[in-house]
Amino acid sequence: MAKIIVVTSGKGGVGKTTTSAAISSGIAMRGHKTAVIDFDIGLRNLDIIMNCERRVVYDFVNVINGEAKLRQALIKDKRAENLYILPASQTRDKDALTIDGVERVLQELADDGFEYIICDSPAGIEHGAFMAMYFADMAIVVANPEVSSVRDSDRILGILQSKSRRAEQGERVEECLLLTRYNPERVEKGEMLGVKDVEEILATKLLGVIPESETVLKASNQGIPVIHDTESPAGQAYSDAVARILGEEVEHRFMSVEQKGLFQRLFRRSA
Amino acid sequence: MPRLKSETSDNQVTTATFRLKGGLFPLTLLEISRFDAVDFEQQLREKAAAAPGFFKQTPVVLSFDDFAGDIDTLPLADILAICRSQGLLPVALRSGVESLEQQAKALSLAIMPASRVKPAPDIQIEQQTEPSEQTESSTNAVNQTETEQAEPCQLELSPTDHVEINHSPSKIITTPIRSGQQVYAPGGDLIIMAAVSAGAEVLADGNIHVYGALRGRALAGVKGDSSARIFCQSLEAELVSIAGTFKVDEDLRKEHWKMPVQVGLDEQTLSITPLV
Repeated sequence: MAKIIVVTSGKGGVGKTTTSAAISSGIAMRGHKTAVIDFDIGLRNLDIIMNCERRVVYDFVNVINGEAKLRQALIKDKRAENLYILPASQTRDKDALTIDGVERVLQELADDGFEYIICDSPAGIEHGAFMAMYFADMAIVVANPEVSSVRDSDRILGILQSKSRRAEQGERVEECLLLTRYNPERVEKGEMLGVKDVEEILATKLLGVIPESETVLKASNQGIPVIHDTESPAGQAYSDAVARILGEEVEHRFMSVEQKGLFQRLFRRSA
Repeated sequence: MPRLKSETSDNQVTTATFRLKGGLFPLTLLEISRFDAVDFEQQLREKAAAAPGFFKQTPVVLSFDDFAGDIDTLPLADILAICRSQGLLPVALRSGVESLEQQAKALSLAIMPASRVKPAPDIQIEQQTEPSEQTESSTNAVNQTETEQAEPCQLELSPTDHVEINHSPSKIITTPIRSGQQVYAPGGDLIIMAAVSAGAEVLADGNIHVYGALRGRALAGVKGDSSARIFCQSLEAELVSIAGTFKVDEDLRKEHWKMPVQVGLDEQTLSITPLV
């Protein structure tokens, strides 16, 4: 049975699509057949970040409406062997998604042998976000270390645990928190909420902390999910998060200000 | 198993041979809705076979509240004999019917007030009409008999207690109350075993207990109970209100902020005192 993971946040611009791209690539690179679905109908971005924009012929809404077969709409990723992308429609609106239609597509993916299905949720708490989260087994709640983002994440967690299919069946959706754009130096100065603060407010398990990094922006502009950049702290942090999703115990990193390395110290002394 | 004790005298006189004490004992009500000696005995025997542990000199109160048929000609002595033969000891009668009570007196049975009359101011010593979740500690055998109820004798057993709950049960929530969620406990207390997030709202007709940080809005005694209170592990609320009298966070921040407190209503003003 496929595990359905929704990447959601409430607030826009916190890094949902970046996270969806990185996490789905990471899981696929570890040998699991993975699909990532863009639920942001009308504002599709995932295909740009995954650099498959020009290969989109059919989309999610076409499949739901029966205008195309799932196989025709799925785009095979060029970097990760087991990864397939189901792009959103740019010309429709979110009402094109129906519960039955979404369920049919998810079921077809599961029947097709997909082990992980990542649902990239649109911002907000309207229909599109609801469709993305309804069938989820697990939710990755993406938040930035600032009060409004944390508040919106709290709201999303409430909706998730009361309106999703699992909630309707009296079960809980496995929830975890991914803190993005984290800057330990600014936390130390008191300009940003710390990991502890956010964990305390949301009372939820921490999946990982993605440090603020220029490489994230560069990667999304180039259309290469940042997890492929194994040199960058952001890429490494995403790899850690993927390992944790797959059940490994990995110690959290990038949460505190890094000690100056030997080279930097020597350089400083000689300067 | 006495559940409540109130001593009538503290100083014992050495010469006293007895003293009177209040005691509250669970009693089972045997509600008889139709009587036919053969059917009654047979069905009682089946019950006894299903729950032999229960039918051992067990005191019961005979109830005829739901009796269909001619109650005046009911042979109470026969019913008593059948009950005793199956290990039940009828100790009292509840019917409210004059002729039956006359028979009971002759048979040395106590007479209980008819249904829905409170014998004590606070506690109703009567069988709960529904075998409810509150009788969790009842034995399996007895539970079994509950599910196998048969006409004509309706045997309702909830041996843990006969104390009718006169207030609505508390509502207990074990998961965090998130922003945008609203939880209301009508008629009773609300107990939350987690935090209440900013932007969430919790309401109760009775008290509110939050075993976590209270960051949202909490309104206790919303139907006007000014004796209601709010308890929380950390006061970080946006608003607290007792019976309509409220304070917002600007006022709350002045003292006991982020401390475990209780909030009560003290002559029209909210009093916030630390819990230590």
